[in-house]
Amino acid sequence: MTIDLGRGLVLRNPVMTASGTFGYGEEYTDFVDLAQLGGIIVKGTTLHPREGNPYPRMAETASGMLNCVGLQNKGVQYFIDAIYPRIKDFDTNVLLNLSGSSLEDYVKGAEMVDALEKIPAIELNVSCPNVKQGGMAFGVTTTGISQVVSEVRKVYHKHLMVKLSPNVTNIAEIAMAAEAAGADSVSLINTLMGMAIDAEKRKPKLSVITGGLSGACVKPVALRMVWQVAKAVKIPVVGLGGISNATDAVEFMLAGASAIEIGTANFIDPTVSAKVAWGINEYCERHGFQKVTELIGALEC
Amino acid sequence: MTKQIADFKLVQKQDFGRSVLLKLRAEQALPEIAPGQFVQVRVDGSPNTYLRRPISIHDVDFQHNEITLLVQQVGEGTRHLAMAEMGNVINMVMPLGNGFSLPEKGEIVLLVGGGIGIAPLFYFAKVLVENDIRPMLLLGGKTESDLLRLADYQQLGETFVTTEDGSLGEKGFVTMHSVWQNQDFDKIYVCGPKPMMKAVAKMAAEKDVWCEVSLENLMACGLGACLCCVEDTVDGHVCVCKEGPVFNTRRLKW
Ligand SMILES: Cc1cc2nc3c(=O)[nH]c(=O)nc-3n(C[C@H](O)[C@H](O)[C@H](O)COP(=O)(O)OP(=O)(O)OC[C@H]3O[C@@H](n4cnc5c(N)ncnc54)[C@H](O)[C@@H]3O)c2cc1C
Ligand SMILES: Cc1cc2nc3c(=O)[nH]c(=O)nc-3n(C[C@H](O)[C@H](O)[C@H](O)COP(=O)(O)O)c2cc1C
Ligand code: FES
Repeated sequence: MTIDLGRGLVLRNPVMTASGTFGYGEEYTDFVDLAQLGGIIVKGTTLHPREGNPYPRMAETASGMLNCVGLQNKGVQYFIDAIYPRIKDFDTNVLLNLSGSSLEDYVKGAEMVDALEKIPAIELNVSCPNVKQGGMAFGVTTTGISQVVSEVRKVYHKHLMVKLSPNVTNIAEIAMAAEAAGADSVSLINTLMGMAIDAEKRKPKLSVITGGLSGACVKPVALRMVWQVAKAVKIPVVGLGGISNATDAVEFMLAGASAIEIGTANFIDPTVSAKVAWGINEYCERHGFQKVTELIGALEC
Repeated sequence: MTKQIADFKLVQKQDFGRSVLLKLRAEQALPEIAPGQFVQVRVDGSPNTYLRRPISIHDVDFQHNEITLLVQQVGEGTRHLAMAEMGNVINMVMPLGNGFSLPEKGEIVLLVGGGIGIAPLFYFAKVLVENDIRPMLLLGGKTESDLLRLADYQQLGETFVTTEDGSLGEKGFVTMHSVWQNQDFDKIYVCGPKPMMKAVAKMAAEKDVWCEVSLENLMACGLGACLCCVEDTVDGHVCVCKEGPVFNTRRLKW
C-alpha cells in the first residue's frame, strides 16, 4: 500500500485527512487508529495568530456545506510550543498546512516549520478563499504561485506540497507553474467559492457572505481537475474534494492521483478515513492489483 | 470520557405534536455521560440533511443502554428524525461536549428552560436528585403544549411555569416569574432560545449570581475539529461543541 511522494514523504497508504477537517488528529483518536492512515494534515496555520471570521461560519447545502472559518489559528509559534509536542509522536505522517497573507509570512512560517523534525512536509495553502488579502491572490495567477512557491522553496528543505485553488479558469497552468517553481507535489482541490441566502430573513447565511463549498457535491469538479492536472505535471498529485468512501478514493487515483485526502466526510462519519484505507486495499485485491500504485492514472479512456 | 459512534434502535416513541421523544437502545454498554452533553445524530433518508444534527441528551438509562432525546421539528432533519419508527436504527456519535458543573450540596439551584431548551435539564435534574440536591425548575413556553413532560419534571423538584399566552402558570417570559422576587439562588443553569438565555444571564449578573448557559450554535463536526461553531468569549473564539455547550456567563461577551 506504500506511496512515495518524493523528498522523504512516504505514506503507509494513500489516505490522508484534509486540513481544517480533522483538527490536530487528537479530536479523532477515539474513532480512528491514526496508524491506519497515510497521514494527517493539521489545521491551516499562519505566522501570526488569527481570530478568524465571526459566527455564523457554516451553512449546509445540498450534499455539502459552505464554511467561512477564515483560518482561525494561534500562529506558528504557538503550534511549535503547544501543539507539536503533543502530536509529534503520532504513528503517521503529520503535515502542516501553512497559509499567509504576505510573502514574508509564508517564508518565515516555512523556515520555522523546517526546523521541526517530525513534520515531513508542508502543504502550502495558496488557495483559501476566506482571506480577504493575500491568500486568494497567490493561488489564482501563475505569477503569484511561482513567486510564493519559489520563495518558500529557498528556505524549506523537506517535501513541499502546494494546495491548489479550484477558483481559476485553467488549473493545469497553475499546477505547472507550481511544479516549475519547485513544488514536490500538488494537492487539489481546496473549496469552491460559494454563497447561501436565508430567503425568509433576506440575509446571507454566512457572516462574511461568501464561503468555501466542500463535501460530496464538489466531487465531479474535483475529479475533473485532478485528471487535468495529472496529465499536465510530472510531480505527484494528491486528490481531494468530496471523497466519502473507498470507491470515490479509487476514482481519484484512476484519474491520476497518487494519494487522496478526506475532508468534510470526517464530519459525517468520524471513522471514514480508516474505512477508506481498508476499502482501497480491498479494491486492489478484488481487481488483482499487486500494488496500490498500479491504480494511479489507470483510467482507460 | 471516551466518545463512541454507535447504532441505536428506537425502542420507545412518544409524540407531543411538534416534538417527539425518542428512546434509543444500544447493543453495547454506554460510556460515562454527564448531564448537558449532547449527541450528533445521523439523519437517514433525508436527502437534504447532509450533516449530523446535534441534540441534547434528555435522559440516560445505563442499565438498559438507553439514551432518550427530545426533538422539536424545525426543519427537514428533525422532521425525518420524528418520522422514525420503532425498531429503526439511528446512528449517533456521543457523548459530546462538557456538561453542567455540579453544584455543592446545600446550594439553592434553579434550572431555567425555555421551549425545547428544557430537554437537557431533565437528565441534569435527575443527576442532581441522585446527589441529594433538589433543584427548583422554572420552565417557559409560548403556550401550554410547549411544556412537555411537565409532570415528570415536577417529580424532580419544585417547578414553576410561565407561558406567553397565559394558558399555564404565570403569563409572560421566564424572567417575569414571581419566584425571582420570593427566592434567592446560589446557582442558575439556563437552556433555551438565545434571547431568553441572555435575559436570564443579565438578571443573574445584576444579582451577582453564578450562572451557566447551554448554547446551541450551528455545528458541523461536533468534535472541535472544524471551528464552525465558535462563540465569542473573553478568551476569543472558542468551539461550543468542545469547550461548551455549557458556559459560565462570565466567560461570554454578552
Ligand atoms: C448542543 C446542541 C443541543 C441541541 N439540543 C436539541 C434538543 O435537545 N432538541 C432539539 O429539538 N433541538 C436541539 N438542538 C437544535 C437542533 O440541532 C436543530 O434544531 C437541528 O439541527 C435543526 O435541523 P433541521 O434539519 O430540522 O433544520 P434545518 O433545516 O437545518 O433548519 C431549520 C431552521 O432552523 C434554523 N436552525 C437550525 N439549527 C439552528 C441552530 N443550532 N441555531 C439557530 N438556528 C438554527 C435554521 O437556520 C433554519 O432556519 C440542539 C443544538 C445544539 C447545537
Ligand atoms: C470547515 C473547513 C475548514 C477548512 N480549513 C482549511 C484550511 O485551514 N486550509 C486548507 O488548505 N483547506 C481547508 N479546508 C478545505 C479542505 O481541506 C478541502 O480542501 C475541501 O474541504 C475539499 O475537500 P472535501 O470535499 O473532502 O471536504 C477546510 C474545509 C472545511 C470544510
Ligand atoms: S462543530 Fe466543528 S468545531 Fe464545533
